[in-house]
Formats: sequence, structure tokens, C-alpha cells
Amino acid sequence: MARTASKPGLLFSGSDWDFQKLSQAYEAIAALGIEELKLDTYPVQMEIISSQQMLDAYSSVGMPLMYRHWSFGKHFLYQDFLYRKGGRGLAYELVINSNPCIVYLMEENTMALQALVTAHAALGHNHFFKNNHLFRQWTDAGGILSYMEFAKSYIARCEERHGLSAVEGILDCAHALMEQGVFRYHRPPKLSSERQREGLRERLEYEERSYNDLWRTLPPSQDTSKTENKDEGLAERKKSLNLPEENLLYFLEKNSLVLEPWQREIIRIVRVVAQYFYPQRQTQVMNEGCATFVHYTLMNALFDRGQISEGAMLEVLRNHSNVIFQPAFDDPRFSGINPYALGLDMMQDIQRISTEPTAEDRDWFPDIAGRGDWRDVLLDAWANHRDESFVRQHLSPALIRKWRMFVLADQAEDAHYEVASIHNERGYQKIRAALAHSYDVGASLPDIQVVDVDLLGNRHLRLQHKVKEGVLLDSGSRDATLRHIRSLWGYEVSLAAVDAETGTTLNERSSNDC
Amino acid sequence: MPIFIDRRLNPKDKSLGNRQRFLRRAREELKRSIRDRIRTGRIADVDGEHAVPMPDRGTGEPTFNNARNSGSRQHILPGNRHFSPGDLIPKPGQGGGAGASSPGNTVSEDDFRFVLSREEVLDLFFEDLELPDMVKLNLKEILAFKPRRAGFAATGSPTNINVGRTMRNSHGRRIALRRPKQAAVDAIMQDLASLETARPNAQTRERVAALKEEIERLERRRRRIAFVDPVDIRFNRFDPCPVPNAKAVMFCLMDVSGSMGEREKDLAKRFFVLLHLFLKRRYERTEIVFIRHTHEAQEVDEETFFNCTQSGGTVVSTALEEMHRIIRQRYPASEWNIYAAQASDGDNSLSDSERCIALLNGKLMRLCQYFAYVEIIDERESHIFGATENGTSLWRAYSAIESNWPNFQMSRIATAADIYPVFRRLFAKQPALRKNA
Repeated sequence: MARTASKPGLLFSGSDWDFQKLSQAYEAIAALGIEELKLDTYPVQMEIISSQQMLDAYSSVGMPLMYRHWSFGKHFLYQDFLYRKGGRGLAYELVINSNPCIVYLMEENTMALQALVTAHAALGHNHFFKNNHLFRQWTDAGGILSYMEFAKSYIARCEERHGLSAVEGILDCAHALMEQGVFRYHRPPKLSSERQREGLRERLEYEERSYNDLWRTLPPSQDTSKTENKDEGLAERKKSLNLPEENLLYFLEKNSLVLEPWQREIIRIVRVVAQYFYPQRQTQVMNEGCATFVHYTLMNALFDRGQISEGAMLEVLRNHSNVIFQPAFDDPRFSGINPYALGLDMMQDIQRISTEPTAEDRDWFPDIAGRGDWRDVLLDAWANHRDESFVRQHLSPALIRKWRMFVLADQAEDAHYEVASIHNERGYQKIRAALAHSYDVGASLPDIQVVDVDLLGNRHLRLQHKVKEGVLLDSGSRDATLRHIRSLWGYEVSLAAVDAETGTTLNERSSNDC
Repeated sequence: MPIFIDRRLNPKDKSLGNRQRFLRRAREELKRSIRDRIRTGRIADVDGEHAVPMPDRGTGEPTFNNARNSGSRQHILPGNRHFSPGDLIPKPGQGGGAGASSPGNTVSEDDFRFVLSREEVLDLFFEDLELPDMVKLNLKEILAFKPRRAGFAATGSPTNINVGRTMRNSHGRRIALRRPKQAAVDAIMQDLASLETARPNAQTRERVAALKEEIERLERRRRRIAFVDPVDIRFNRFDPCPVPNAKAVMFCLMDVSGSMGEREKDLAKRFFVLLHLFLKRRYERTEIVFIRHTHEAQEVDEETFFNCTQSGGTVVSTALEEMHRIIRQRYPASEWNIYAAQASDGDNSLSDSERCIALLNGKLMRLCQYFAYVEIIDERESHIFGATENGTSLWRAYSAIESNWPNFQMSRIATAADIYPVFRRLFAKQPALRKNA
């Protein structure tokens, strides 16, 4: 393998691939990746699959192993429909954040495409999965496959024992709350019971030491004591249940009084899957940008060294430009900002700022402009940012001008959109902030929390929706989801919409009414 | 060196279980859309794939979503050409608030059609006909195939080795490559034996050595050129070949006078569909003839048959005469298996019923493999008539025929579940027929 890398000459010729060629291409590209970009990756496991199997993988949210549920069947039918209609091509690859990193290659790909995909997925995505802090913190790449294996067989066993429809009911409910089933912040580790007793003892000691009989003689004020009492009860309850709690699935799993142990385990499985995918949602631009940047840089480097032919390079470039195609907003093909395009452009922009900065860049990015160390800047960005922070720190005015970005303010009551900012001196900061905000998953998902439940009373579960910018919930799906929560909780559930700024309650919906 | 795994040969249809779960969930709606299809489509179309719309009940996946029509938000879009801050852009009218950021011409996930396979369609069709499982299986079975010899192949299973052909090839190869025969070796061995028993002298010793060398050479050659080499082996090749079936024609007779309403026609149609499915399974080629009648009969196409009503009285014998005429003209009984299915509400004049008996007894029953008569009655009437012999004039007339001819079946139908018993005898006969074939 060292021979192929050092020997000048083509890595492959012709469009047919075989395992020998794939292996050589991988070796050459991986060596180049370490040399050129200092990539650090998990070992790679490449799996060759057919288009049918790719469709299968699509419908089970991209996991090689997944439990069975009707909604995956529905998604499969939809993907199949799009594919057959020709409305959508299939991805050339699929990569799974696991250790070893699993890369699916489609058998239909030509050799040039396989090389491109290898650079993109087996190096780009792989490096990102291994190094980005969100993935390191939240996902266990080594254990996910065996966990899914367990989940699949566990749910199959439950179906055998408790019947299809019972399991399906729980899964339906849990899927409805998947977006509210993730932890966004780490919590302090739970104290061991020994430490808890220790803490209690210390507190009592302190109270004994600082006891002063004088306090007892203070006259209690009549009118406030009642509300205080009530507040105290509320505070007590909140403390014992660790409220408010934004991970609804976690709360239901731990505290619902009507669930059987196997039902709790199923909720837990759904929760783990949701948590596993949570970093991917926050790093779309970065993840795809990183992979695209890596494949573009590496394929060009290979071509410069004469290791791939012009024909292969043309094919690579054609596919590359398809992937990063970004139509303008008024183009019929426009469907939002293409994360591949934005990510690649921003990373190439960092490269440009680092090597040939303008005066404006020196102004905006004094840390990196002209230093020439774009590799380190990128490695640092890939490791430490998510989409929101990456855009907030690295979107340059030059790129805003290149994309001709603008911000439309959309007030629901108005009949017009208003153009709020465009690519000019005043607008750069605002556009950058707005774009970063739109990538903030926490801000764009509805913020719903468990605020109160009286377990000793009527067990009425109270949820609160913090309404930001006046954006309410869609009422049809809200009611349906509430019904799902009710069936997991077993007692009345209500959801209050509370304005985040003023704290006024806008409306309240109870599961009894819907 | 990365690990490579070739998954292409793994079992396909990994998501088949998910599909089945989905279909089970959407069963009621799918059943309804298949039933609608049968009501409006052609009889022969039931036996195939169908594209159905995505059912909307029971397949929703609700989550908490932000409502599009409330609050304020910002859209960041690329490609500004001429806007300045403060410009107002009218929102596109209907079709969701954020028109510019989400052009809505893509198909939403819940709004598309997907294809049900033939098996799935038939499952849904059979559901409330209450067919016994054996019969369902029978109807769903694809045409029977019989393996037929079709030459030789170089690959195959060991049980199919053709010894004669293999040995012929081996023989030819042995001759071509000059494999020493056993006889030649034996002859030299004999020479050798006789020399060794003789007195040894210089000449014989030399000769013995030469012979031994020769034997060794021959043996080596024999070892190298195998007696039967893998390249010689030939297998019998078999082609699956459909079991030859005869042709069948199915006559659908129906009274279309005003008394036959939508419900009656729907039941009649299902009855015809079932008979057609059954015939298609047994015959390679089936044709359908539609004859409708009031006081006069005419042959029509399927569309007219089910959709047009005619005013007029009811004279059933005209339809039977028309059928007889068509048989004589186009479907000679020597070449065609003739099946007839008649649906009516039973109204007929007494004198004409006599005439029907005469026609059936005299001519038609001799020509027909099977004649099924269904009388479609009101659900309330079914309690009254139940099992009595009393009934409409046509019913009483046909009762006489039923006792004479074993291949005549008649039944009253009030609901879809009543249809199957009419066919019972037809299905019961089938296993016997298959064994004979």
C-alpha cells in the first residue's frame, strides 16, 4: 500500500471498481488526509449495498439496525415513491457515527464516485464524528450498534409477549415526544445515598448550631402565610421531582404511575435514539461542510499529484457541483439554504482569510487573518463549534456579499414581508446573527417543560409552553400530541402557553377537552 | 486497510415487517379505497397491483409544531437582486405564511400514492367475503408451473446429472487427449510379468527397466488426465412451463331494470369479480361476456353493464336466448369452458319462468360447466325468506333446475358474506381436478 501512495501514477483507471481498488484508494486518500489536513479518524468499515438496501436504510432513520414500527414502513413507501418517480436520487453514501465508523457505499457508483465518497464520508464525516465536542459528549460511538441490537430484540420480545398493538401504542406516543426527549445540558451527577445522608446530617448540625429561640417569637403575618404555605408546597414538590423538566420523555419514564416496566424501557430506547441524533441536528452545516471541504481538498490534491485521471476528476467535479448547488430564493428549485454549500463556502472562506486577507477581513477576523494557519483554525472549528456558534463567529461580510443574503421579517398579521437587512455595512452583523439564530435548534423547537404535578393530589400534569416571539403551537398536532402524553401519564395533562417575556398565560389546553 | 463487507447479498426487504405493520394500521381505509376501486373499475382489474392514496386517518405522526400563522420570525434567504432595507413584499395569498422560504410545490409526505401488491389487494378484497383460508390460498396462487426438460446445462444440482451425456463428453476428451487405456497398461504388465519369471540376463533386465518406465509414464498420464473431469459433467436442464390450461368464457347476466339499485349492482359486481378471479386461476385465457336485460337482452361492454339503467319490464328468458346465440356464434362448447353467472332481483313473469326452465334444461345446462344464479334481496327480506323454498317466481322456477343439474348453483344474497357459499361446490371440485391434471 505504501507502494501505491509513493509511486507516481494513477490510483485507478476506468469506471469499474473492485475491492482491491477501493482499498488502494482509501489508503492513498487517508494518507493524504493526515498529511494535508491532519485528520484524525475512527477505523473505517465499508459496506457495499444495493439501492434497495439504501432505501431500507433511509426509512429506518439511517441506522443499520432498527426496531420495527409502522411509521418506518410509511417513510419507506414515501422514499420509494420519490425514488421511482425520479424526483430524488439516492445518496451515494451513508455514514454512521460508530466506532468503527460504518460507511455504506452504493454498488452503482463508479470508481471515481467511490473515491469521492471515501474522501467525503470515510474521512470528512468520520473526522467530524470523532472530534466534534457535541458527538464526544453526547454519543457513544463504540456502543451504539450493540445498543440498537439490544433495542431491536427487546422490542421484538415485547411484541411477542404483550402483542403488537400494545407496543405500537407506546412507540407512537414516545415518537410524538421525541423532540422533547433529549437533554440539552449536562446535569450534575446524582449524589450517592451516602453523600445525601451526609449532606442532610450537616444541614441539621448547622441548624442546631445556629438555632436562636428569638426567631420563634416573631408574629406571623396573617394574610401572607396562606400563600406562602401553598408556594412552599409547590416548591417542595418541584424540588422532589426536579422540576421544571424539559425532557418530557425522561420525566414520563421516571414518574408516570401507569406504565409497566417494559413500557418504561421502550420509552427509554426512544429517548436514547433521540439523544443520539440530537448532535447531528445541531451540526448539519458543519458536518456536511467539513465532509465537503475534505473531499474537495483531497480530490484536488490527488489530481495535482497525478493520482487520478482527468476523466475521473471531471466526474468528481460534476458530482461535487451538483451537491453544492444553491439556487436563489426566487428560483423554483429553491428549498432553503443548502448546508453543503454554506459549510463549504464558509470553510473555504476561512482558508482565504487566513492566506490572502483583505483589509475588511483583518478588521473582522484579527485572530486568523493573514496567519496562514487555516488548518488549525478549521480543526479547532470542527472540534469546538456547532452550526449556530460557527456561523456566529465565522460568517464573513465577503461571504454575505457573495451569497447576497438578506433577511425578511415576517409578522404573521401583516400582509407583507419586510426586508430587514441586506448585504451592506449595516446589515452584516444582523444577517449573521439572524442566520446563527436560525441554526439554533434549542431556539427553533418549541420550548415545552413540565412545571408542576401534585402526585399526592389529583395528579394533574401541568406543562408549560414558553411562547417566544408570539409563535404559538399548531393546534391540530398539539391536541393529538397532548392525547399521546395523556396516555403515557394516565391522568389529566394540560399545556399552558406562557409568553416568555411578560409571563402572561396566553391560553391553556387540557387533555380532557381534546 | 479498512474492513470491507459486501452486503449486497444480504436479504432484501429489510423493511417488509414495517410495511406490514403499516398496512395493518391503515387497513380500514385501504379496504375502502380498494372497494371503491372495484366499484368503479373493471372486473379483470382486481387481479393486479393497485396504486392507492396515503390514508390520512391513523397514520399521522403528531409532534409539537410551531404554527405558521402566528408570531414574528425571520427568514434568511440568498440571492438578493434588488431589495433594499424597508422594502415590502406581498405575501403569497393562500398556501402557508412563509411562502418565499418554502415553495410548496413538493409533494408532502402524507400526500402521495403508493402501490399495493396483488396479494395485498386480494387480501383486502377478500376480507369481508368470509372465504375459507384454503380458498383464499387457491385464488392467490399464481399459475401452476411444471418443469419440462429443455436440453443440458453445464451447471445444476447433483441430482440432475445426466450420466450418458457426461460419459460421452468424458470419452471424447479421453480420446482427444490420448489417455492410456487400462487394456494398454494391462498388456505391458503382462509382458513384464512374463519377463520377470524368465531367467534374468542383461537383455531382459534392460527390457524390464524400459517396461517399468513405460508403465510409470502411462500411469502418470492417466493420473493427469482424469477419467471424468468437471468439464465433462452435464446436467439436465428444466424450464418451468405453465401447465396447459384451456380457455374459458364467463357470461355475466344481469337484470338492469329499475328495481336493481346501487347496492344490488355492487353486490352483483363483487360476485362477478370473485367468479372471474377463480376462473383466471384455472384457465389460461378467460373472456367475459356481459349481457344485460330488461324485457329484451343485449350484449354490452363492462362500462354500460354496471353503470346504465334501462327502463322496461323483466323478461329473463331473453338473456338466456342471447347467451345461447353468442355461444353458438363465438364460443363452441367443444373449445370453451362456459361459465355463467346470473344476478337478478328475482322478478319475472310466471310464463317466462317456464320458458327459462325449458331453455336451461333443453339447451344451456348441457353447454355450461357451471351456472350460478344469485338473487339479491333486501337485508330485511333475508329473515323472511331464510331457507324457505318460497320466493320470487324465478327462484321457484330455478329450484326445479337445481335438483336436476349438479352444476347449477343458486343462492340468495343480502350481504357480501353470502356470496361465497354459491361457489362452494365449484371450489370443492378443484382439488380433484388438479390431481387428475
